[in-house]
Amino acid sequence: MVRHTIEKAAEIIFSLCAFMAVAAVFSITLYMIANGLPAIFQAGWKEILFSSVWQPTAQEPSFGILYVILTSIVGTFLAVLLGVPVGLLTAVFLAETAPDSLAAVIRPAVELLAGIPSVIYGVLGMLILNPFLYRLEQKLFAGSQTHQFTGGANLLSAVIVLAVMILPTVISISETALRAVPPELKACSLALGASPVTTVFRVTIPAARSGILAAVVLGVGRAVGEAMAISLVSGNSVNLPLPFQSVRFLTTAIVSEMGYAGGLHRQVLFTIGLILFVFIMMINGILSSILKGERLE
Amino acid sequence: MSQNKISTDKLNLYYGDNHILKDITIGIRAKAVTALIGPSGCGKSTFLKSLNRMNDLIDGVRIEGTVYLDGKDIYGPQVDVTRLRKRVGMVFQQPNPFPMSIYDNIAYGPKVHGVKSKERLDEIVEQSLRQAAVWEEVENQLRKPALGLSGGQKQRLCIARALAVEPEVLLMDEPTSALDPASTLKVEELINRLKRKYTIIIVTHNMQQAVRVSDDTAFFLLGEMVECGTTDRLFARPTDRRTKEYITGKFG
Repeated sequence: MVRHTIEKAAEIIFSLCAFMAVAAVFSITLYMIANGLPAIFQAGWKEILFSSVWQPTAQEPSFGILYVILTSIVGTFLAVLLGVPVGLLTAVFLAETAPDSLAAVIRPAVELLAGIPSVIYGVLGMLILNPFLYRLEQKLFAGSQTHQFTGGANLLSAVIVLAVMILPTVISISETALRAVPPELKACSLALGASPVTTVFRVTIPAARSGILAAVVLGVGRAVGEAMAISLVSGNSVNLPLPFQSVRFLTTAIVSEMGYAGGLHRQVLFTIGLILFVFIMMINGILSSILKGERLE
Repeated sequence: MSQNKISTDKLNLYYGDNHILKDITIGIRAKAVTALIGPSGCGKSTFLKSLNRMNDLIDGVRIEGTVYLDGKDIYGPQVDVTRLRKRVGMVFQQPNPFPMSIYDNIAYGPKVHGVKSKERLDEIVEQSLRQAAVWEEVENQLRKPALGLSGGQKQRLCIARALAVEPEVLLMDEPTSALDPASTLKVEELINRLKRKYTIIIVTHNMQQAVRVSDDTAFFLLGEMVECGTTDRLFARPTDRRTKEYITGKFG
């Protein structure tokens, strides 16, 4: 009888714990919508989404976040463009060619990379990347009358920092996908006289494509949601996302202004949060459809 | 007796401390089917894989002795392994098409070896699929994924894929053990037709199959080649007691 009661109690505790996670997701969704929508009605969705003027504290305030959205999209895209090839090739190295002893050093290093707090990436970016890019900027725009010098705190810095930050995700998930390719498949390719490199690019990677795609999507998710590191290196002013311009991302917009914003300005920041939320939801949707497709195969 | 296509001289293979193949000396006739029989773990598959150097892929494998293909040592320092594997094709136990279309599966090998012309590839694909007796079943779905085929079709597709690079020798590692009887029959008929053009070596655990498809048979036991000869002779009058016991089903 006592045992039965314990069993029942344990079951209830498990269910409650599971319910907490669901409740959190549910309440966050509700809260984001409730707080993000009013500004859209008040300022007009066209004013917010398709205007590029961001002057929330001016006499005649303007809440256009077009550039901010574009920055997040362009920045994420470039970071993925830079980080995914590097990450994928690292994964190929770890899964296919690295001797065990070397892989045993690199794999923990990659895992460590994932564990480093994002603010550290930001600080390192400030200390190393920004001065370097500033020198580059001075060379490239020497004598320019129109260029606004950023001191190296620009889109390019943010992209590089993001690219490094998505590496662990891309590497570990791609490696798992590559390792899941049946060795017999590779053997078939080699037995046809294909070289090991040809086999990797024409058989192993294509066979692991859905897993690699999942790695890319998760990398995108990580890059879109990152705030701390890039707020330190991106210069934080609202501009069209060009490599040598200071820019502001969806995330950094919230981080940098939430502290003092009030009224409609504050509500617009919640709208930005809502947009970010929608982005992440879309990415999750894509991811789960990829994984579902994989299971069907 | 026609000339030997492949011969080995005192071939020894070690995996770590294990002595897997012991002093194998054998000649394989050209354009004939040679069956390798023996109980599991006797080294027949390992021997097969040493003929196209697939054992090179495994860490800890050491090989001594020589394997001659047309009189040349395939383990020699000048040998290009990819060239060798183009000449000595292989069909595996499990049919393993690449996760791509039927057409691309066949065209893969020729493309790897530098065939670029679309017409030539079309030609090779059709010819290989015909040779492997699977053309009629797939000609209308060449662009569909190969993974959608039945097990027997997949295996014939894999044979076609191996034929597409125009090998001289075809190694088959228990090619029908994953197939149903009807598909097995088709593959065996196929082997009978292919031997006009290719030297075929087939590993099988099925003695009836060895009798049905092969001209010569070699019996392996515990890493040694106990006996070899024409299939008719070996099954009718085995000279070694162990061969006799194995083919009469005393162990296996």
